Amino acid sequence: MSHRIEGKGRLIDRSKTLRYTFNGKPMTGYAGDTLASALMGAGQMVMGRSFKYHRPRGAVASGVEEPNALMGIGEGGRFEPNQRATTTALFDGLSAKTQNHWPTLEFDIGAVNDLGARFLPAGFYYKTFMFPRVAWKHLFEPFIRQSAGLGAVPKEPDADRYEYAYHHTDVLVIGGGVAGLAAARAAAAGGASVTVLEQTPHWGGRAPVDGGEIDGTDPDAWVKSAVEELEKAENVTLRLNCMGAGVYDHGFVLGYERVADTTPGDDRPRHRLWRIRARQIVTATGAIERPLSFPGNDLPGVMLASAVRDYVENWGVAPGKRALIVTNNDDAYLTALSLHAAKVEVAGIVDVRPTLTGPLAERARKAGIRLMTGKALAGVKGRSGVKAALVTDLAGKGTGEAIECDTIAMSGGWSPVVHLWSHCGGKLLWDEGEALFKPDPERPPLGADGQGFVATAGAASGALGLAEALADAHEAGRRAAKAAGGTLTRKAAPKANETERQPLKPVWIMPAGAGPEKRMKMWLDYQNDVKVSDVQLAAREGYQSVEHAKRYTTLGMATDQGKLSNINGLAVLSDALGQPIPQTGTTTFRPPYTPISMGAIAGEARGELFQSIRRTPMHAIHDAAGAVWEPVGHWRRPFCFSEAGESDEEAVNREILNTRENVGMLDASTLGKILVKGPDAGKFLDMLYTNMMSTIPVGKCRYGLMCSENGFVSDDGVVVRLAEDTWLCHTTTGGADRIHGHMEDWLQCEWWDWKVYTASLTEEYAQVAVAGPKARKVLEALGGMDVSKEAMPFMTWADGTLADIPARVYRISFTGELSYEIAVPANRGAELWEKVREAGAAHGIQPYGTEAMHIMRAEKGFIMIGDETDGTVIPQDLDMSWVISKKKEDYLGKRAQQRPDMAREDRWRLVGLETLDGSVIPDGAYAVGEGLNDKGQRNMIGRVTSTYYSPTLKKGIAMGLIERGPERLGEVVDFATLDGTGTVIKARLRGTCFYDEEGAKADV
Amino acid sequence: MLILTCPYCGVEADETELAPGGEAHLKRATVGDSDEAFEAYLFARENPKGVHFERWRHAYGCGKWFLAARHTVTLEVYGTYPAQTPEPPKDIIAAVKKRLPDWEGRG
Repeated sequence: MSHRIEGKGRLIDRSKTLRYTFNGKPMTGYAGDTLASALMGAGQMVMGRSFKYHRPRGAVASGVEEPNALMGIGEGGRFEPNQRATTTALFDGLSAKTQNHWPTLEFDIGAVNDLGARFLPAGFYYKTFMFPRVAWKHLFEPFIRQSAGLGAVPKEPDADRYEYAYHHTDVLVIGGGVAGLAAARAAAAGGASVTVLEQTPHWGGRAPVDGGEIDGTDPDAWVKSAVEELEKAENVTLRLNCMGAGVYDHGFVLGYERVADTTPGDDRPRHRLWRIRARQIVTATGAIERPLSFPGNDLPGVMLASAVRDYVENWGVAPGKRALIVTNNDDAYLTALSLHAAKVEVAGIVDVRPTLTGPLAERARKAGIRLMTGKALAGVKGRSGVKAALVTDLAGKGTGEAIECDTIAMSGGWSPVVHLWSHCGGKLLWDEGEALFKPDPERPPLGADGQGFVATAGAASGALGLAEALADAHEAGRRAAKAAGGTLTRKAAPKANETERQPLKPVWIMPAGAGPEKRMKMWLDYQNDVKVSDVQLAAREGYQSVEHAKRYTTLGMATDQGKLSNINGLAVLSDALGQPIPQTGTTTFRPPYTPISMGAIAGEARGELFQSIRRTPMHAIHDAAGAVWEPVGHWRRPFCFSEAGESDEEAVNREILNTRENVGMLDASTLGKILVKGPDAGKFLDMLYTNMMSTIPVGKCRYGLMCSENGFVSDDGVVVRLAEDTWLCHTTTGGADRIHGHMEDWLQCEWWDWKVYTASLTEEYAQVAVAGPKARKVLEALGGMDVSKEAMPFMTWADGTLADIPARVYRISFTGELSYEIAVPANRGAELWEKVREAGAAHGIQPYGTEAMHIMRAEKGFIMIGDETDGTVIPQDLDMSWVISKKKEDYLGKRAQQRPDMAREDRWRLVGLETLDGSVIPDGAYAVGEGLNDKGQRNMIGRVTSTYYSPTLKKGIAMGLIERGPERLGEVVDFATLDGTGTVIKARLRGTCFYDEEGAKADV
Repeated sequence: MLILTCPYCGVEADETELAPGGEAHLKRATVGDSDEAFEAYLFARENPKGVHFERWRHAYGCGKWFLAARHTVTLEVYGTYPAQTPEPPKDIIAAVKKRLPDWEGRG
């Protein structure tokens, strides 16, 4: 059983007890503990159930690579699933729950999957659940969803806040172990600005645990002085608890800082996402130890040798009372010696190497530890913990001596953490001697200048020994400073002394002669329950590409992304395919290095800050008046103004009838307003619009259509000639920014010699439309301008002062009624709105919203961009040839409209639709014609584009694009309904204008 | 995330400040040109694994369009230049050739 030991624990403070709960049970630990070390210190080794077979699992590692000890941390709005207990710092009040079991961690019904493991091989989804189809939906899928999986989804909104931060640096060092610190010192000495990120709460990495001597002192002391030196340097920024999550193009890096994880609710952001630009990046990310693949290597108590050492040295915790070491290299001897020194019994060291020559083996021998050479483990006894290990010959089949133990510390060698090097395209080399992939310094990720911008330092370079790691890191820091614009420092590299190591012997499965039964118990990917047998099966079934084998077996696909055993899996796959490991290659390393919180990705972009809202100057007035808001682009516009007890529909109908009978007012401020000015402005607008704009007389307005170069209608609006060289283009609300960009694109990139200037004035003006038979009376009541028909005829404009506000008044109409649009400086918009309402009160004025506007324009047969057009509609389809100039040689879209498909006679073209029974055609309904298509559906001959109940006409009205529509006016066409009965609505084709066809009402 | 230098304002702009605009140096075909020529202008685009000339707008900066020569695989940037340039300028071609002596020019 795991327990605390005296005299060890460099990171914990035994004078400070912390209280937390584990599956609801009150527990205690010490300040400085991780959740995993606290649980193990309290004797709790089982920390979860596995993904597929529900096998009991304990922590196998001590850091980010941990695959098993995943828990749900926190409660309610602070609950987060799948958190690694090994990287969760303990704090007072922490609540942890284990995952993937029912009903309890100790007794899990799902464990029956383990008994049936032979029926759940790699790719079992694809193989087993093919037929019958109905069984997948109702039987297999619900079962799998219930039994397979990790943590539960949080049910409440996140109670914390998060933020982005931005940082620029010459040299970014990722990793604050001795290599990172050495690289940072060298880079800082070269005059570069240096930033160092360390993902844990401590500087120094593993060196203080692993021992040795740096610059004549122990690693702990060296780290302390190096950090002090860096803290003093003005050009150095240090950040703990901040992981380098990803390296992206041209030196962009994401840093993930855990700010307030251990102090929930303290009002600081919980996490901070750093967006960093670095000229040079040095990844000093260390290396991760590999497990060994022997039968039963997933039982709680089987751990990485380095992790066992970490628990002993850092947190004063022993995973058991009697430990057996199994290794293929010298590193695990440090664990044996550490346990021995901590007075934990070491049952022996099982080493695959036939002879042991190194000084570490000699020290173990002297300590009286039993060494078993040329041996391997053939199995582990125990169900929810280790009881004994079977030791056999490496080449054997699997019987041998049973050695009692409750801990197995394994080491299969080390793999450099190359993730950040590889994120942006850094290539790898296979190091045959150390059996590892390491960065190829000749093929780094390239920056904008074509030069490498990432270098590795220390163990991340494959320099596993302390002395070579420090030399490598110092050199990497020196060069990074130089490449970032600094100098090459002459400062000497730190000097290290360490015990000499005997080379490792690569062993990918043990024992070599293990049969299928044993290979089914050799775990590669703990988190996804992938075993040696699964990878070998994938190879037999033809999965030769490592990327395919990964997805078929799910090797390396879980939240840990195969940090522990990807190399083991690749080696097993290579062996099964009969090819060398470098030929198999690795899967792609993608950011983030470890999962980062969704909250950090969202940052401040939540709630009101998710997307900024644009408000007109009259927004607050509308809000107070009971506006029902509708999003239009980033704007909010009143859909209608509901009075007490009124439905939205009733309000819309009232607003329309009042406008048609009396007078209505609309906030039209959101319409795009683009000023186009210059000697060539007329020529430019003639190219932009389908009709002539250069010929508008000063003082007049003209409606225009705009097309993209491929001929399709893009936007519309009224163009106003303000002066000889100046036009004002109104655009749709949603099109304002896009059309301004479109204008600039053509002016800058095609007609750059034309003298034209554009400016967006959309937000400079507030605009109010006053429409209805009594509109003139309202403007007369406002006073200050002659708004008579004679002084200001239809489609003209005038500047003046209205109700003491400087105003420009346009006689334009989107309702078909007598109508004025009044534009005033934006800061006087609210004042204008109030004055119009006061002046109009005597005439029955009421505000109307966008829905009334839509219906009134449909009654008039005016098109709406986005309703009648959808990016496939040309002006000719809209029966709007009156707005297409025949005189102009060219305009944007003209050539495209001559293409054969655009000139086709049977295109769907716009007509009005009148149902025979007066009903409203459902929105989006299709017109169906004779015959059936190849799927047995009726042939489509058109569709509805706008459809409304018209309160003016007291019946349904619609417009639609119908095959040869304008040629077939008077014909009755079927519109399919969606109720599934095949019923149709019959409608007669007619002209698009339903109201005041002569246009007499607007022109009075 | 790319960094491109805006040739107008001189800012080393992050990609988030920029809007992409597709292939550079297209010749506008219009009324009077054949269907084939117009189709090529509208739709046919290069998609090189290598040097590409492209349009960018400093959308959240000075608002100007400019052109860039960039390697689509290594993301190396050979240079940026004003949009009012009908053909890739000599210094940009030289910068590409310096790094890729065998480069044969635009496809």
